[in-house]
Amino acid sequence: MKSKYFKPLVFIACLLPLARLGWKALHSALGANPIQVITFSTGTWTLVFVLTTLSITPLRKLTKQYWLIQYRRMLGLFAFFYGCLHFLTYIWLDQFFDLHSIYKDVLKRPFITAGFTAFVLMIPLAATSTQWAIRKLGKRWQVLHRLIYVTAIAGVVHYIWLVKKDVRTPVIYAIVLSALLLYRLVVLLLSRASSSRATRRMAESAIPGD
Amino acid sequence: MLIKKSSDIPASEITPKGLYVNRRTFLAAAATLAAATVAGDKLLDIISPAEAAFAATKLNYTAGPFGTSEKQTPLQDITHYNNYYEFSTDKYEPADLAKNFQTRPWTVRVEGLVNKPQTFDIDTLLKMPLQERVYRMRCVEGWSMVIPWIGFPLKSLLDQVQPTSQAKFVEFTSLYDPKRFPGQKRNVLDWPYVEGLRLDEAMHPLTILAVGLYGDVLPNQDGAPIRLVVPWKYGFKGIKAIVKIRLVEKQPVSAWTKAAPTEYGFYSNVNPNVDHPRWSQAKERRIGEFFKRPTLMYNGYGDQVASLYVGMDLKKNF
Repeated sequence: MKSKYFKPLVFIACLLPLARLGWKALHSALGANPIQVITFSTGTWTLVFVLTTLSITPLRKLTKQYWLIQYRRMLGLFAFFYGCLHFLTYIWLDQFFDLHSIYKDVLKRPFITAGFTAFVLMIPLAATSTQWAIRKLGKRWQVLHRLIYVTAIAGVVHYIWLVKKDVRTPVIYAIVLSALLLYRLVVLLLSRASSSRATRRMAESAIPGD
Repeated sequence: MLIKKSSDIPASEITPKGLYVNRRTFLAAAATLAAATVAGDKLLDIISPAEAAFAATKLNYTAGPFGTSEKQTPLQDITHYNNYYEFSTDKYEPADLAKNFQTRPWTVRVEGLVNKPQTFDIDTLLKMPLQERVYRMRCVEGWSMVIPWIGFPLKSLLDQVQPTSQAKFVEFTSLYDPKRFPGQKRNVLDWPYVEGLRLDEAMHPLTILAVGLYGDVLPNQDGAPIRLVVPWKYGFKGIKAIVKIRLVEKQPVSAWTKAAPTEYGFYSNVNPNVDHPRWSQAKERRIGEFFKRPTLMYNGYGDQVASLYVGMDLKKNF
């Protein structure tokens, strides 16, 4: 979008989930178990932002709306922002800095191990999101930022593993993620096929006289 | 001056006892009827009979034993945070979805290895001597409440049917009716919900069938019209909307055990030392409190029930 107002509007929109949570907290509208609601909500929004970030590339290529790339970093950083809130909710509100119990949780509970992995892997991505870091890292930047795939998978697994029985909602996230990953796989295979065709053509044309 | 003695009041003027006792129900029914006459059928849909009955039905009860003096969880939380998969897997939804749940007519069939199998009408059961039991309730998910249940010992019902010497376990079954239980349209669990107790657990004085809480009949979302309460076990053992109780020889398979045998065992006694495979059971959050509190062995009822499990490997028999 050309309009200079659009980006700030998206920025504000990304803060709405937090605003809604804050409003509910102030009005005691978070129900019987507020901490669980906060944990669940911040976790859900982290996943939503991770998947939205991952959908930018397929969207801009399939719809030829190339300007979308301008929003990828912001959405990715919002994923990290909500991830931080989620993590903070866990260590502060839920565990109240009981380091021993957090340590045991991370090691012993597969769903927490997965969630913790997803969160920790976002840290280097957020840290290298500046223009300066992108220039400095060059080609390695792209390789490093493929970690987002691990974060996304670990995040969805984290959700599936924590549910007691009804996995309908986490499965929706898994389906969306699969579609996003499948797109990349198809693009990769197609480019491989076309490049090997190209090399073959080049090799054939290189055969001297006949 | 003529002073009328009470005996001078003609019998025809004395309100019949039944009507007097149930005067609130009577008034509610009368009001509903009047409203219906005035406004037509539409109002009847709004003021459903179940709701009218709920608003009117205070229970008569005495204070029972084993009560805790801990702060009781507010009614709002007890009725708006419910694990009731027959309505929804979302704990915030049963409050609304159960609003029009019909609890009449309702019978509880007690059968199996008994000398006198019987079908009890719910209104007969409501006339049993009722007690208030203020119990802790610890959910397997790691939260807890303090609930002032109204009910009667399960033993007093089982005594009436006389279990035979072969009876070793008690199997409970919930209502199966997908029309009234929207959650049963999906196979989240293998419906109907089934639970079980060892006979000595069932006969234990702590074990009650609850028909009310906070002095009123049981709200629909809490298991109306009748549910099991076994305070030293995780909450899901407290099967709701019971229609059948069967005395059996073999250990019944609970609905949750069937769904995930490695996660939910037959005993499911509250035990801070035996974790759920996916999360710790060492602590719990009491609804309404910020800090987690340590979970107590047998949910704090060890003095009463520890003797039932002497010599048992509680890690194996989780």
